[in-house]
Amino acid sequence: MTQPFRIKGAGTLPHTRTIQFTFDGQSYEGYEGDTLASALLANGVHLMGRSFKYHRPRGVVAAGPEEPNALVGITRDRARHTPNVRASVQELYDGLNATSQNRFPTLNFDIGALNSLMSPFFPAGFYYKTFKWPAKAWDALYEPFIRRAAGLGEAPTESDPDRYVNRFAHCDVLIIGGGAAGLAAAQAAAEKSQSVILCDENPAMGGWLLADSDIQIDGQTGAQWAANMAAELATRDNVRLLTRTTGFGYFQHNMVGLVERITDHQARPEPSQPRERMWQVRAKQVVIAQGSIERAMVFPGNDRPGIVLAGAAQKWLNQYGVSVGSRIGVYTACDTAYAAAFDLHEAGIGIEVIVDYRKVVDETILAQAREHKIEVVLGATVAQTTGRLRINGMQVKTATGEQKEFDIDALLMSAGWTPSLHLYSQSRGKPVWDEASQRFLPGESPQDCICVGGCTGTDSMEQVLAEAERALGNKPRKFDIEDDVSTDGGIIGATGNSTEKGKAFVDFQNDVTAKDIALAVREGMHSIEHVKRYTTNGMATDQGKLSNMHGLAIAANLLKKPIPEVGLTTFRPPYTPTTFGSFVGHTRGPLFDPERKTPIHDWAVENGADFEPVSLWQRAWYFPRAGETMHEAVDRECRTTREIAGIFDASTLGKIEVTGPDAAAFMNIMYTNSWDKLKAGRAKYGIMCREDGFIYDDGVVGKLSDTRFHVTTTTGGAPRVLNHMEDYLQTEFPEMKVWLTSTSEQWATIAVQGPKAREIIEPLVTGADISAENFPHMSVVECKVCGVPARLFRISFTGELGFEINVPADYGRSIWDAVWRRAQPLGACAYGTEAMHVMRAEKGYIIVGQDTDGTVTPHDAGLSWAIAKSKPDFVGKRGMMRPDLVREGRRQLVGLKTSDPGKVLEEGAQIVEDPEQPVPMKMLGFVTSSYWSGTLGKSIALALIEDGSLRLGETLYVPMADEIIEVEVTGTVFYDEKGERLHG
Amino acid sequence: MLLIHCPYCEADHPELEFANAGEAHIVRPREMSNMSDEDFEAMFFIRDNPKGVSLERWRHVHGCGRFFNALRHTVSDTFLKVYKAGEARPSNDEIAKLIK
Amino acid sequence: MAKSPKATRVLPNQDHLTSNAFVTLEAAPAASRISLRASPRGAAAFAKNIGFDLPAKPSTSKSKSGVVALWLGPDEWMVFSESEPEKSLQPRRDHREYSATDISHRNTAYIVSGSGAQATLNSSCPRDLSQATFPVGACSRTILGKAEVILYRTGKEKFRVECWRSFAPYVWGLLVSGAQDANL
Ligand SMILES: [Zn+2]
Repeated sequence: MTQPFRIKGAGTLPHTRTIQFTFDGQSYEGYEGDTLASALLANGVHLMGRSFKYHRPRGVVAAGPEEPNALVGITRDRARHTPNVRASVQELYDGLNATSQNRFPTLNFDIGALNSLMSPFFPAGFYYKTFKWPAKAWDALYEPFIRRAAGLGEAPTESDPDRYVNRFAHCDVLIIGGGAAGLAAAQAAAEKSQSVILCDENPAMGGWLLADSDIQIDGQTGAQWAANMAAELATRDNVRLLTRTTGFGYFQHNMVGLVERITDHQARPEPSQPRERMWQVRAKQVVIAQGSIERAMVFPGNDRPGIVLAGAAQKWLNQYGVSVGSRIGVYTACDTAYAAAFDLHEAGIGIEVIVDYRKVVDETILAQAREHKIEVVLGATVAQTTGRLRINGMQVKTATGEQKEFDIDALLMSAGWTPSLHLYSQSRGKPVWDEASQRFLPGESPQDCICVGGCTGTDSMEQVLAEAERALGNKPRKFDIEDDVSTDGGIIGATGNSTEKGKAFVDFQNDVTAKDIALAVREGMHSIEHVKRYTTNGMATDQGKLSNMHGLAIAANLLKKPIPEVGLTTFRPPYTPTTFGSFVGHTRGPLFDPERKTPIHDWAVENGADFEPVSLWQRAWYFPRAGETMHEAVDRECRTTREIAGIFDASTLGKIEVTGPDAAAFMNIMYTNSWDKLKAGRAKYGIMCREDGFIYDDGVVGKLSDTRFHVTTTTGGAPRVLNHMEDYLQTEFPEMKVWLTSTSEQWATIAVQGPKAREIIEPLVTGADISAENFPHMSVVECKVCGVPARLFRISFTGELGFEINVPADYGRSIWDAVWRRAQPLGACAYGTEAMHVMRAEKGYIIVGQDTDGTVTPHDAGLSWAIAKSKPDFVGKRGMMRPDLVREGRRQLVGLKTSDPGKVLEEGAQIVEDPEQPVPMKMLGFVTSSYWSGTLGKSIALALIEDGSLRLGETLYVPMADEIIEVEVTGTVFYDEKGERLHG
Repeated sequence: MLLIHCPYCEADHPELEFANAGEAHIVRPREMSNMSDEDFEAMFFIRDNPKGVSLERWRHVHGCGRFFNALRHTVSDTFLKVYKAGEARPSNDEIAKLIK
Repeated sequence: MAKSPKATRVLPNQDHLTSNAFVTLEAAPAASRISLRASPRGAAAFAKNIGFDLPAKPSTSKSKSGVVALWLGPDEWMVFSESEPEKSLQPRRDHREYSATDISHRNTAYIVSGSGAQATLNSSCPRDLSQATFPVGACSRTILGKAEVILYRTGKEKFRVECWRSFAPYVWGLLVSGAQDANL
């Protein structure tokens, strides 16, 4: 028989469409509108998972997002497997394929359950006590063990093929929770013409109203009223209704994160649809209407499949038309469980007994129980349950100490309701303890936020609706409400401790018992935050939605302290598990980071370049010809450039236009050099420090006129250099008449270097004389190149005769082509960043960030000549005078020559004086740059070494894993020491 | 994510447009060369890290580009006041009033 | 002297165009642009070059005869014109009270239009772009994903998105992605 526990006439599902699905390979049927849990229950399946630590058989407990046990994997295909899905919220669809987790080989028989027999050896704090020293055991023993034992479910092995999207949204009022309170608040706001977003995590608005068969509002059932309210709101332009949308995080200044699940309930999602949409909502006002969550009872044997929350059973019956059993017991400390029992009884289900922990219960409720002919035992406890994979009986201890046995196949429990303070607490609100009702309630709101309905502890529907309207500043209307159910009662803490036959679980998912919490307190954990971490209570994926209050009460009782003094653990986002995909959104693949390309990039692609990333840029690294290795290509590029010429795309260099009558004075502050004597038309190498006296950036600066400088920065340094300059200009020297503009991308920059550089470019240049006499090294001129306004520099980063042509970027490719047409017939080549690095190292030119690391002064780098000591002030001047920066023994930049000229050192390798000294050796410094120089036929390296400038000629050693390399300390210039080639 | 009022744009804008720029009202003397090591240490290295009102600089870097100053309460993240660069540091009395 | 070949201009986003039922994305034509940074006196002086006063209120714009001036900061404007893209808006001489720097090639622009234009932008831009807070004529530097952009609302359902040229493929990618989700 299919769906034996589907109750005819119960629930609101239309039963019009049967849905086929599988669980652990077995086929079942359900109805459209079911959750996976309700459909499995309709088929009599309670056992849905195994617990984390002891692998105990577990059934579904809750009918909502708080479910701790029924975590399953949902598989669509190889790449679409979602672990840890709560069966209580997963909507059923045709062909849904669910598997249980945390079990081997099957759910019914699990070897890991041996852990349960070992449980005396797994007490609270087990990991902390066991996994200590020796350190080696971590790698070999502890970590593998923890890794195998830890973690729920399995991640898919392929990358996620689904699309995720993001939306920033703004509204006057954001309402989280679409139950009675949320709907009323939304209507109140909408009528005031405010822009409203109302979200609810369920497929339909209504919240608890959908599960309450008794209530009538304005002559409609709760479900009808909710549907009509939602339909009315949907017609309004100023209201956005988001179902299947969880408010998972409340951040500063009324920013709330929502995740909308779009396709997880669909059998065959439209490929064009995203799977999830992240909403980042900024609201002027937030209304939290999260409702409340029912607590489990803590008693021995409370975790057998078939033991469920009373409210969940009521929801399954009244919404899904499913009964959790046929002979049902009830164990409660709260009036609401009676309503659940009565509903089931009226549907023809046997209610064997209601065991009430309370000695006194309201007479009207007891009278109703008598009417239903249900036995009620007051002041009693459930002392034990039986049944391996499903409960089959319970032992009740009455107030007089008498034992009673009941045969049951399901047990409803209710320890009362905990207001959901998750989002309120995330908004940095401080929950306040209400002694009378023994619960935490929202206190003051630090943000423009108000809580309404169940999450404020308000139970009566009339008051809930009034609260919602008042939250929006309205005078409450009068609703006609019938049959309001009492929610009196409740208990926090355990009604009994673990026995040999059954444990009293507080946290089902993490297998934390009342005894574990007691042990933690005995062992000195006196703050709830410590108890939590020691026992892992509340640290599972459900974040203790059922367990936190019980854990707190048990600890407080043992500590003999009032609950607020023991404290409430902090709620942190996300409220429920949230996919990585929703956070990533569309920012992956090419949209993860901008990939910046120069106007000349395509030419490099067409000419076979390999690229390297430099900050966000893609730069041509080298241009291998057919059959060439990288090494051969770089050698050829260097040789050709030094013998004939090379052209190089330097467009990524940062460029800043510094203009104004005080431009030179400002440059004097920002750079260590002096700019007073630099004439228009000349250029200079500048060093920028921060106030600490360390090198921050460098580059060549051209003076175009007395009021205009063309400043270049390193490729990666451009944004921070501009920020640094703006900072000083705006806040330290606001009186200076200087303006800054980034022109990095205005100009494409083509470097032409080598003996034939002038011959290549001369015919392309108009409006300037670039002869050796009239345009010497370190000159700049505004002219035209190929008819386009250009800034031409005579500078060199190779040591050869060199020019850098700056042209407006959209012309970059065209002018590069023109240069190439001139260069190629002469035998010149294009070279990439690797050859550029080799040639600059041969000349001892530093790269900031490679030969410096933020602790290197200009003096350390051998650049004392670039510091204008006579200037009264520049950024870094005072910093350079700090005792540590002027002491002996600082690391200074030197060259290294390997005794074996073929040996290329590793960058980052450490350098020592005596390789025979005991370990740990004294490190004198390290290699910063190292290359094979084809030009010189040997390796070259730069290094930062203690007192390097005093060690010229000394022999030092570079100890590597398999050898010790002997090196000689040299100067930093390896090639053309006199610099004659520059002036060619 | 913070919502920050820029005193130059005269509007609230999302934190993603801003960059924090450290503590406010640190005076960089014009005659820095004469500073003692102790004074330099105090100016360059030592920073407040209050649980309470932080006087800090922000730059509306992806907006109007201006640096400005703010009083932010580090517990609530409330901005008690924002004001333009160069304006005087609010007195302790004024800060105390703003907290209320 | 040999005759130098004439260079040709290639826009970084040439021919970019796509649309669906809700939004059209297209590359804006070439434009002449300057970044103007100026003291109040400098702003008044520069105004004579373009024939109208620069917008003084935050996030507002002014335009006349095809020349548009966007307020970007208290001392910063972007002035651009599509009518004569090859003619520089930069005055001949440097001025003591302002800096006018040619950025015609630094920036490039897209036009986002249609009923889903705002939704398209809000997939990556955290700004409130409702007409109440960002009306027609409003402009501002802000961010789109990890790229800095200038947004300029040229119509109820039309925006100009300026970005630096090397960010254009990324900005385009974000806009295309946002356009796929612009139907709500
Ligand atoms: Zn601003």
